Amino acid sequence: MTSSPRLARHRDSLAAWTMVAPALLVTLVFALYPVLDSFWLSLHHIFVGIPSLGRSFVGLENYLDLLRDPVAHQAFLVTLAFVVLSTVLELACGLVIALVIHERFRGRGLVRAAILIPWAIPTVVASQLWRYIFNDQYGFANLLLFGNRVAEYVPWLAYPSVAFGIIVLADVWKTSSFAALLILAGLQVISDDLYDAAKVDGAGLRQRFWHITLPLLKPALLLALLFRTMDAFRVFDLVFVMTQGGPGDATQVLQFYGYQTLFTEGRLGYGSAISFAVFLMILALSLIYLRAIGSSLLERSRT
Amino acid sequence: MNRRLLLLLGIVTTVGLSLLPFLWFLLTSFKSQAEIEAAPPTWWPSGSLSFYRSALFDHHLFDYVANSVVVAGSTTLLALLIAIPAAYALARLPIPGKQGILAVLLCVSMFPQMAIAGPVWRLLDAIGGLNHRWGVVLPYVALTLPLAIWILASFFKELPPELEDAARVDGCGPWATLLRITLPLAAPGIFTAAILILIYAWNEFFFALLILTQPEQQTLPVGIALFQGEFTMPWGELAAASVVATLPLIVVVLLCQRWIVSGLSAGAVKG
Repeated sequence: MTSSPRLARHRDSLAAWTMVAPALLVTLVFALYPVLDSFWLSLHHIFVGIPSLGRSFVGLENYLDLLRDPVAHQAFLVTLAFVVLSTVLELACGLVIALVIHERFRGRGLVRAAILIPWAIPTVVASQLWRYIFNDQYGFANLLLFGNRVAEYVPWLAYPSVAFGIIVLADVWKTSSFAALLILAGLQVISDDLYDAAKVDGAGLRQRFWHITLPLLKPALLLALLFRTMDAFRVFDLVFVMTQGGPGDATQVLQFYGYQTLFTEGRLGYGSAISFAVFLMILALSLIYLRAIGSSLLERSRT
Repeated sequence: MNRRLLLLLGIVTTVGLSLLPFLWFLLTSFKSQAEIEAAPPTWWPSGSLSFYRSALFDHHLFDYVANSVVVAGSTTLLALLIAIPAAYALARLPIPGKQGILAVLLCVSMFPQMAIAGPVWRLLDAIGGLNHRWGVVLPYVALTLPLAIWILASFFKELPPELEDAARVDGCGPWATLLRITLPLAAPGIFTAAILILIYAWNEFFFALLILTQPEQQTLPVGIALFQGEFTMPWGELAAASVVATLPLIVVVLLCQRWIVSGLSAGAVKG
């Protein structure tokens, strides 16, 4: 049975399109169209609870309001502080974890599994867990620090900066292992020969880390930075469960503000402007990172 | 410092910090109300199961578990069903605009959920998907496709092409080749993708919160986030529900650690 090559090629590309079509359709309907619709909605004034007001096209007015909105400013600063602090800590912890689980030792599989458990736990569970640990009456933190001296127990989450710190801590606990896995992948491609050569030259453990491991890890670290930054920008679950943005507005992050505006207040236009602005920020950030990663990959291939 | 001592210190610290916090929930779930409320709270539980009983019968825990199983299971099946052919076509077949498709998928994986939340909610409202479990499955599938396709495509690319070429020479079309030759060989890659989708769907909170408003339809994360008692916060029942929500994940991690590690780092090595 032979068919002409042209017919076969035609059949192949037809089959290829039927193979990707469902994936493209789902992506189009439930991801691409919604993002564009978000942008379109953000150009309107729409109040869900009051349909009689209808929807009116206002152009970029929502975005201008956003620039003048003090709550949005606060949410932007809190989000930025959260992103910077949590990503730096996660990369540092992730590096330590990666160095540990990269070593060969008995029971390494079990250690790796143990480290993955915080990553696998639902964020909502992790949030409730840390909220309980820092509970003023029943929490482990007070029990550990003050024991029997119940009068000294501290309502941790009632202090603005402490509450912010606890959210960062919960995020670092939950996601450092993910950063560690990305860094581990970078460690695995560093050749043992380099370390052996350095050892012959008399380089100690510390020198080998600073002069071989760290420079060669740069692409992996940048990639982990990219993933973690994008994810930290989207922080929502932790804030929803632990603080609802409080106390005051100490933990009011952009995503939570967007959620309140969209779904609690029903301001569909303004809420869409907030969420679309977050989308643009993430897009810009990732483009900058991808540039940096691209050039660092080039550097590596040149040497 | 000695290298072995340093390693031992590292192992003890990382494993300890990873596991100890959750231990406080585990201990709490086996206490009694009096032990929780004691001042100071007791360290060790007496082994009471009352919180599990009350979580199951008074706090919809049974519904939450059943809904999570249905939602996570159908998301995984549906996402794999759609991702496998797409990944195969992108890895092996000539498609015009392949780079564009990959770029779009990468872009989707960066979307903040909030940027699509309003329109997705309106879409589901229009097709009657609000407050139905299938209403969360659809966005979950869309959001897990990029990662699934990414992992599967990089896995397909690593398979030796000779077997497939032989099948093609014998007259097998692309679909037949995928189903008969590639699929059995790619089982480990499919397994990896399945685990990651499963964990995502089991843990997702935001869309479930928007779409499922009745306890009879809600999944575990929503139930646990909105856990409330009549007068006080029922921490014991919450701890029990959290242990129930986490236990399957711990089993999965213990059994599948190797696949998770390779799956999550696959993007990093090839990216």
